[in-house]
Amino acid sequence: MQPILEIKNVSKEFIISHERKPYLSLGEKLSSVFKGGSDSREKFMALNDVTFNVEQGDTIGLIGKNGAGKSTLLKILSRITPPTKGEIISRGRIASLLEVGTGFHPELSGRDNIFLNGSILGMKKKEIQEKFDEIVDFSGVERFLDTPLKRYSSGMQLRLAFAVAAFLEPEILIIDEVLAVGDMEFQKKCIQKMENVSRSGRTIIFVSHNMAAVKKLCTKGILLNGGEVKYIGNMKEAINRYTEKFESYETDFDISARVADDAPGYAYKLFVEDLDGLPANNFPVGTGWQLRLKVKITHKVKGFIAAIGMFTPEDEGLRTCWSDSYDLDEGEYEFVFTERNIFLAAGSYKLILGLSARMVTFQYLENCATLRIAEEIVETATNVKFAKGVGIILNPMEIVMNRM
Amino acid sequence: MRMYYLKITPSKSRLNLNINELYASGELIYFFTWRDIKVKYKQTILGFLWAVLQPLLMMLIFTFFFGRVLNVPSGNLPYPVFVFAGLLLWNLFSGGITNSSNSMITNANIIKKIYFPRLIIPLSSVLGSVFDYFMALIIFIGIMIFYKVNVSVSYFVFSLILSLLLTTLGTIGPGFLLAALNVKYRDFRYVVPFMMQALLFITPVIYPVNMVTNQFVKILVYINPISGAISLIRNSLSGISPDYFLIGCSTASAVFWAVLGLYYFKRTEAYFADLA
Repeated sequence: MQPILEIKNVSKEFIISHERKPYLSLGEKLSSVFKGGSDSREKFMALNDVTFNVEQGDTIGLIGKNGAGKSTLLKILSRITPPTKGEIISRGRIASLLEVGTGFHPELSGRDNIFLNGSILGMKKKEIQEKFDEIVDFSGVERFLDTPLKRYSSGMQLRLAFAVAAFLEPEILIIDEVLAVGDMEFQKKCIQKMENVSRSGRTIIFVSHNMAAVKKLCTKGILLNGGEVKYIGNMKEAINRYTEKFESYETDFDISARVADDAPGYAYKLFVEDLDGLPANNFPVGTGWQLRLKVKITHKVKGFIAAIGMFTPEDEGLRTCWSDSYDLDEGEYEFVFTERNIFLAAGSYKLILGLSARMVTFQYLENCATLRIAEEIVETATNVKFAKGVGIILNPMEIVMNRM
Repeated sequence: MRMYYLKITPSKSRLNLNINELYASGELIYFFTWRDIKVKYKQTILGFLWAVLQPLLMMLIFTFFFGRVLNVPSGNLPYPVFVFAGLLLWNLFSGGITNSSNSMITNANIIKKIYFPRLIIPLSSVLGSVFDYFMALIIFIGIMIFYKVNVSVSYFVFSLILSLLLTTLGTIGPGFLLAALNVKYRDFRYVVPFMMQALLFITPVIYPVNMVTNQFVKILVYINPISGAISLIRNSLSGISPDYFLIGCSTASAVFWAVLGLYYFKRTEAYFADLA
């Protein structure tokens, strides 16, 4: 069978004007005619010779750093912007969801917005009428249907928006990061809905930074970097390559998050070290490690607490650790967080940093550093049997066998 | 086996109006128009009454200054009827152009997120003004009854329909052109209101066409895309036969602008999402 979507040698070139003006003014155009030059311009390849096929029923996760070309590719597939070179052949109707609630108007009621948004997404009026009750049901805003949208909470707007989108029935569905919003429960509901869609045999192309969601949903992964396809294949492998390739093994991290002027101090440096206090990262499974956090206190502070949090490679919260509470004078301090006992599975763990005084946080930074655990096992870690297992924690339990 | 086939290629050099696609998006045109109308009068106490009041108030002001104070001739018609006939079409023309020239910018967030035939946006802006036209038409007929204007109904209805078509045609051309230009050069946002004021002077709204003696202004009036439509309605009210030459000139100009507007719009639409 022919692939449902063929992307052939697609490139997209942008011309960047260095004035960074999003649009031109007529005077500028006229003066550049006289100067005869487009001197301050530069070409930028957002996509470079991208080629791949999508088979019917594929669920594709498109991953890559910011600026890797993911959004540009989705925009070309959605026909919002044309490619500069190459062509795309689609053998199925495409609906794209680059944003939920496109075209929502704050002055109109929920009911009106369902029709407007549905129509913009390509649904027929009859189709919307048929699914209206289901949409309302899914959104859970039936009591406010005739209230103007501007009176809705942002959560309600989002639920309504996703509800409309959830009832789209195209052959190919393109989704951009829409799951990055909303509370946990709602996100779960969305992923569930998308799983249903993919099970019904439809083709999905999904862009996300949420590796857990991508892994759960997608069978095939495409890794983009610098506008080029770096890997196509198994989703798990694509995620591995993504986390390996693009995250550094740095050991010292500058912390540049600003604090408010009246904050009593700030953290400015974080070092990842082995248990001897030497700079290291990429620890073999079963070795301990420590984090050395440098803090400068600028005003005398009471009830100071330094905290570190960790995310799993799949971007799920793993743990949070708080220091004791201290009363500190002005000066420089360091906090050392040591982990000897818990053996984490291989991967990159993002760290979060938080400083607070009397339970009020004054510095908070997600993704301040990355801790890497390598896939090898050290001999000394006698209690770790397998470096690869399901899950994150590899410490064995105490297991006793009794003959009965 | 599958019916659907779509090829996405670099912005094509040949022009394709894609009428089929536009026709298939009829419902979206309806929803955009409906939204524009609904939002326009939302949170106003008088609501849709404004669509009726605006031309009525303009008529009163114009009647006072031009009819009474300056004694502008209006043939055998009462000046209020005379000026309202002009305002009816002028408001459609100027409102339609103003709305559609801003339409691509006010809808930029939609354009950047989803594909649909781009022409729908300025088109529904013009259709929103057509709605206002029908509101004002009710008042116009009321005024005609009030002043007991005797008309041949068939001639009048024929003129109404033809003048509406001509004016709409004359509106979409400049409307599409300015909508597309505005995406690229935001200067037009400031040019348009000024341009509309200037245009009012070379449109026979407050004065009759035959009052113009200056040759240069006369040419401008004749190539004004809505002069023909206005004179057509007035002639039907006065019982005079249509001025075919004027209608011909106006129509030719309307067609010229419509072709130019469509051409430029279609030429540049592929890059709207990058620029908007």
